[in-house]
Amino acid sequence: MTLVAVVGAGPAGLAAARSARRARADVVLLDTADQLGGQYWRHLPDDRPAERPEALQHGWRRFRRLADDLRDDDRCRILTSAQVWAIERSETGVARVHVLLGPTDGTARERLALDPDSLVLATGAYDRILPFPGWTLPGVFTAGAGQALAKGERVALGRRVVVAGAGPFLLPVAASLAATGARVVGVHEASGTRALARGWLSRPQGLAGAPGKSLELAGYVAGQLRRRIPYRTSSAVVAAHGGERVEAVTVARLRPDWSVVPGSERRIAADAVCVGHGFTPRLELPIAAGCAIGPDRFVVVDDEQGTSVAGVYAAGEITGIGGVDAALAEGEIAGHGAAGARVDDAAVLPARRRRAVYRDFARRIDAAHGIRPGWTSWLADDTVVCRCEEVGYGRLRDTAAASTAGSLRALTLGTRAGLGICQARICGRTVEDLTRRVQGEQYDGTSLDRRPISGLIRLGELAADARALDDTPLPSKGPSS
Amino acid sequence: MSPSLLPRDRDPVRPAAGRPITLRIDGERVDGLGGQTIAGVLLGSGLLSWRRTSTSGEPRGLLCGIGVCFDCILTVNGERDVRACQRRATDGDELTTQHDALPGADARVIRTEGTSRAGAEGPDATRGPAAGA
Repeated sequence: MTLVAVVGAGPAGLAAARSARRARADVVLLDTADQLGGQYWRHLPDDRPAERPEALQHGWRRFRRLADDLRDDDRCRILTSAQVWAIERSETGVARVHVLLGPTDGTARERLALDPDSLVLATGAYDRILPFPGWTLPGVFTAGAGQALAKGERVALGRRVVVAGAGPFLLPVAASLAATGARVVGVHEASGTRALARGWLSRPQGLAGAPGKSLELAGYVAGQLRRRIPYRTSSAVVAAHGGERVEAVTVARLRPDWSVVPGSERRIAADAVCVGHGFTPRLELPIAAGCAIGPDRFVVVDDEQGTSVAGVYAAGEITGIGGVDAALAEGEIAGHGAAGARVDDAAVLPARRRRAVYRDFARRIDAAHGIRPGWTSWLADDTVVCRCEEVGYGRLRDTAAASTAGSLRALTLGTRAGLGICQARICGRTVEDLTRRVQGEQYDGTSLDRRPISGLIRLGELAADARALDDTPLPSKGPSS
Repeated sequence: MSPSLLPRDRDPVRPAAGRPITLRIDGERVDGLGGQTIAGVLLGSGLLSWRRTSTSGEPRGLLCGIGVCFDCILTVNGERDVRACQRRATDGDELTTQHDALPGADARVIRTEGTSRAGAEGPDATRGPAAGA
């Protein structure tokens, strides 16, 4: 019997697990969280479940069906609070998947070693946030944090919240904040109407195939109007102000390249700001597994969602930011292939059609909301770029300019940018971007995406022996949701 | 002017009541509900920051909320560097804020200043709309 390990229990991972089971493989589904659903379907804990989750969640019934099918299935083992911290490679593919089971960042978690026949990686993505003066103040959050705390805790991050950045994700974030008791004083989209039209209005026939997605977006826009949340394009939060916390932000009008229109700055009182400039895929496990990464910095996949490594499949946001529908379709195809079934089976034809439609969204999002180079006009020399090591923009730029080595590694060792506890997850792309601008042709083009140990592991845990899956008592089927 | 937990009776998703739990952060009591993350409890009680950085001693709290940025780390029952946004709170948890000063870094920062309660009167706290709108 084929054993498929699926890493990540968001939409892509859930769809992959169910599809692999339908193709008669045994499945182990792993997620670092203690509930299923990933970031998209993050929800209240079992201790205080929502009576009407659909008031906040899109596609909730779809989630329930996926989760219930898997939970009721004896040949699908669900391991929650399970962190994959390393992947060992063999000459032919993946040799071993190393897992820690137990409370987040605990000291005595159980070690487990899996030897699956194939692997589906569905590790998702997290917010990219561009730095600006004051972005280290408490009260500045990522847009995803606004969403996570609203959906998972029913905590509003502030009373007067400004939402800013780029991309369609800002709309559901504003809606969730408003549904959690915050007053959203404005949504500031950096892209201009021309870029938005280029991304969203070109080839309208492509959008016609995606009625669900268009309805979801239309719903957010209608919700915004109803709640009277101002939505401004060509606009950004370019500074946050306060002593020990955010008390106000400066918003400014932007040119099409995202540089500030001089004199357009306006100060707005706010106690929280939620910012997101698109998403960064979680690539550490695909890279550890040896998967090829494309020039667009996503995992390269073929028609079966197979990566460059035999037996390793990828689905969801790590293959491109396409949203929930693309993730579900890709997951279904990936799980099917990982189970050893043929991609031209009738069973996955509908998923392949849906994938084609929704992948178009990824291209549109990038065309409409992609980061433009003028954003660096927001920076001052003392604006922190690397939050962990507190490295300022001026120091980074000057060190990059003084270096003749053209090596990102030399720059990070010289400044410590990207070497702190988050391991460049937050600043990595920004440090690369700034280095490329200063060093031009000299920049060696290396990235800060490689993290052979994915996550925090204590020395005592590292020294302990790992158990095999069959020696591990069958876990309970996880929480009920 | 602080983060807050939406009261049940105003919540469109109608959450179940939840079981009250009590935590301590640097000895000070904070109340939460079973199943909340530690960050959820702290933010729900109006706290915005619970760490000081090593170099400048600046306050930090939650940034990403999904376990990526490590800005929200604190010590939980003696375990260091635990991401508050990812760890579920349990009744009686003893939390300690972290500040690992570098040699030569600002020694005036002491740990009791590690938390700043949202809306507290500070030298920079302002009331009402900020100037210059």
